[in-house]
Amino acid sequence: MTADTYNKMFTMHGVVMVFFFLIPSIPAVLGNFLIPIMIGAKDLAFPRINLLSWYIYVLGGLFTLTAALSGGVDTGWTFYTPYSTAASNSHVITAALGVFITGFSSILTGLNFIVTVHRMRAPGLTWFRLPLFVWAHYATSLIMILGTPVIAITVLLVAAERVLHMGIFDPALGGDPILFQHLFWFYSHPAVYIMILPAMGVISEIVQAFSRKNIFGYSFIAFSSLAIAIIGFLVWGHHIFVAGQSVYAGMIFSVLSFVVAIPSAIKVFNWTATIYKGSVSFDSPMLYAFGFIGLFTIGGLTGLFLAAMGLDIHVHDTYFVVAHFHYIMVGGAIMGYLGGLHYWWPKITGRLYPEGWAKFAALMVFVGFNLTFFPQFIAGYLGMPRRYHSYPDEFQIFNVASTLGASILSVGYVLPMVYFIWSIVAGEKSPADPWGAKGLEWETPSPPPTENFFVTPIVTHGTHQYAPSKGVGIV
Amino acid sequence: MSAGHVAPKSMYYMVFGALIVGTILTVAAAKVDLGPLNNIVMLAIASTKATLVILFFMHVRWSSRLTWVVAMAGFFWLLILFGIGMADYMSRGWVPGTLR
Amino acid sequence: MHQPPVHVEGIPAANAHAHHPKLQHHFDTMEQQAEASTLGMWVFLVTEIMFFGGLFMAYLVYRYASPEGFAEASHHLNVTWGAVNTIVLIVSSLTMALGVRAAQTSAPPKTQVFWIVATMVFGAAFLGVKAIEYADKFTHHLVPGPNFIWEGKHPAAAEMFYSLYFCMTGLHAVHMVIGLGIMTVIAVMAWRRQFDADYYTPVEVAGLYWHFVDIVWIFLFPLLYLIGGHFIE
Repeated sequence: MTADTYNKMFTMHGVVMVFFFLIPSIPAVLGNFLIPIMIGAKDLAFPRINLLSWYIYVLGGLFTLTAALSGGVDTGWTFYTPYSTAASNSHVITAALGVFITGFSSILTGLNFIVTVHRMRAPGLTWFRLPLFVWAHYATSLIMILGTPVIAITVLLVAAERVLHMGIFDPALGGDPILFQHLFWFYSHPAVYIMILPAMGVISEIVQAFSRKNIFGYSFIAFSSLAIAIIGFLVWGHHIFVAGQSVYAGMIFSVLSFVVAIPSAIKVFNWTATIYKGSVSFDSPMLYAFGFIGLFTIGGLTGLFLAAMGLDIHVHDTYFVVAHFHYIMVGGAIMGYLGGLHYWWPKITGRLYPEGWAKFAALMVFVGFNLTFFPQFIAGYLGMPRRYHSYPDEFQIFNVASTLGASILSVGYVLPMVYFIWSIVAGEKSPADPWGAKGLEWETPSPPPTENFFVTPIVTHGTHQYAPSKGVGIV
Repeated sequence: MSAGHVAPKSMYYMVFGALIVGTILTVAAAKVDLGPLNNIVMLAIASTKATLVILFFMHVRWSSRLTWVVAMAGFFWLLILFGIGMADYMSRGWVPGTLR
Repeated sequence: MHQPPVHVEGIPAANAHAHHPKLQHHFDTMEQQAEASTLGMWVFLVTEIMFFGGLFMAYLVYRYASPEGFAEASHHLNVTWGAVNTIVLIVSSLTMALGVRAAQTSAPPKTQVFWIVATMVFGAAFLGVKAIEYADKFTHHLVPGPNFIWEGKHPAAAEMFYSLYFCMTGLHAVHMVIGLGIMTVIAVMAWRRQFDADYYTPVEVAGLYWHFVDIVWIFLFPLLYLIGGHFIE
């Protein structure tokens, strides 16, 4: 593989995974289906806008596919200027427009969720009776609404600069490339929380269902979602510590980045406290939840390493960074997605999947993931830089381990695809509540009828009524 | 939805008059050299005009508190972008006038 | 505290009261439907604020870097055309507000259509003036790119200013064109007697969008046209 091909490969990997998988996966697949049911509504507030956002997503995908098939893009998924505007001769404009268009599908989904949660709740379903999945999606929607338009205008300016030769970001024409990075990360850092917050919502549901206990510290988890969404907007500068930002601004961003760890830690501690002394069953969704809690903790803590400016100067642009964000994105977001998919699959399709295979797949994902990405922490700390197509011999062992891990991981990903499809055809029919879980979605048949409920529910208590979570931690 | 507030026509004409006066004022103020005050006057007049449009033409004056919060949130988030973003530029020590 | 399980009682899914023909199936009442629509538009306008916000941020950075250069460049914009356009747009906002009021008060379709078409006429006039200004910039080599020619002291800052000028006013003009498209639909709906005091959400929501575009111009006019007002060559 030539250096040029390698550049195009990791760019397309980044663009497709970030903008077309991680950001829409949980909100679009699980959120669109579950939020109306969880709040006792017949549908989202704007069903036709929901359909529109799907068409927009497909259109954006077609643009990106065109860019990939016609020769690819080599700028990295971040489209950094001035390389993307002045130097690169790949298909930046097509890819940028793909990202721009898909942004609108994200905006419309967020808009739909916010209006739905505000205006469509069933009688008696007050804010503090909402499932935490809904809270997490509400916080996610806030980021989609407030952040996405900024990256839309930014990539539009990159495209305009390539077409019209204006000088907004190009230093040769009087612009500041770091302004691009400011505007880019103003969205793209909060976008990390677009990916992880819905997964956190999923985990909050699964942990309760399979510990048979109410969540420990409901309001803390609910508000920590909002806190992550809001503080997430104040930390974008930690991506550009060494890019030429002033040291003073770097200090501010560094401190604020530490602050965002607090609400994340609250969630981890509260999940752990929920499991503690619970009646825990190890069904496949719960295995993913365990994986999430552990891997997210590792990813989050290494995030603190990177948020410390001094250490970041040492490890920036190395595989340490790559390992860190894959622990959050794959270990966190994808574990949450798979967990949620397994948990609600019987509800969505009305069919049961083979639990034994599912447990095996969860194990493969966990083992394969760690084998892939943990060696990258070490390689990165030893100085292996990212985004080069070759590496010195001393890093061979780590790269071999990563490749082996990736092969195991792929088995873990393909297996669910196989048994999920099999279950639709030949799976056992699912009862309304296969897990013995609580919540409005389990009180309607699987799959739910059109308009979700035969009678509009009236809610008189919190929607999750397991055993109370008390006697742990500080009482 | 007959619950919506119907404002008298005279109110719309009064707001319109205020917006026109504001436009004339801001053009007049720009002709006078007030130093850094020029920017403040300019933005104060523009913000007042925008507030009038939002409150009366866009009916926020009679809308739910949620609408107030949503309308404010957009401008507040803009201030976050401007405020923290400019913290970098103002502490960078550029040579004035060079964009470097 | 242990609480008893969720208590779910039934109320019939098909509501007993008579449906307004404009009530969509997933809403319970007309009020809920109207509130959802206006809230949706407001949330969309927040995204629009942030969308323009990126450009305003760029303006802020580069003007901070080169205040004299920006003043020099702004001096070459035509304040008269800018002021005329500001007033044209404010008038269109007034006619829009009166159009919404006409629907709110169940005025005859002729009245509703009159105000909406008046809004469109002023909107088109704005775009006409903008076209004259753009043409003028083309003939004077003020369009950024290889053909940009600047005689003053700050050619780099001036080119940056005109890059921002075209991006900001261009994006605003695109929003105006979209607004005209929306207004065409609204005018046809009004003509077909779709709106009265019980159902006027589309006019209201389209009006919110129109006023927002007006607000953007209220800020663009002083920031682009007036900062060179007292510039001395």
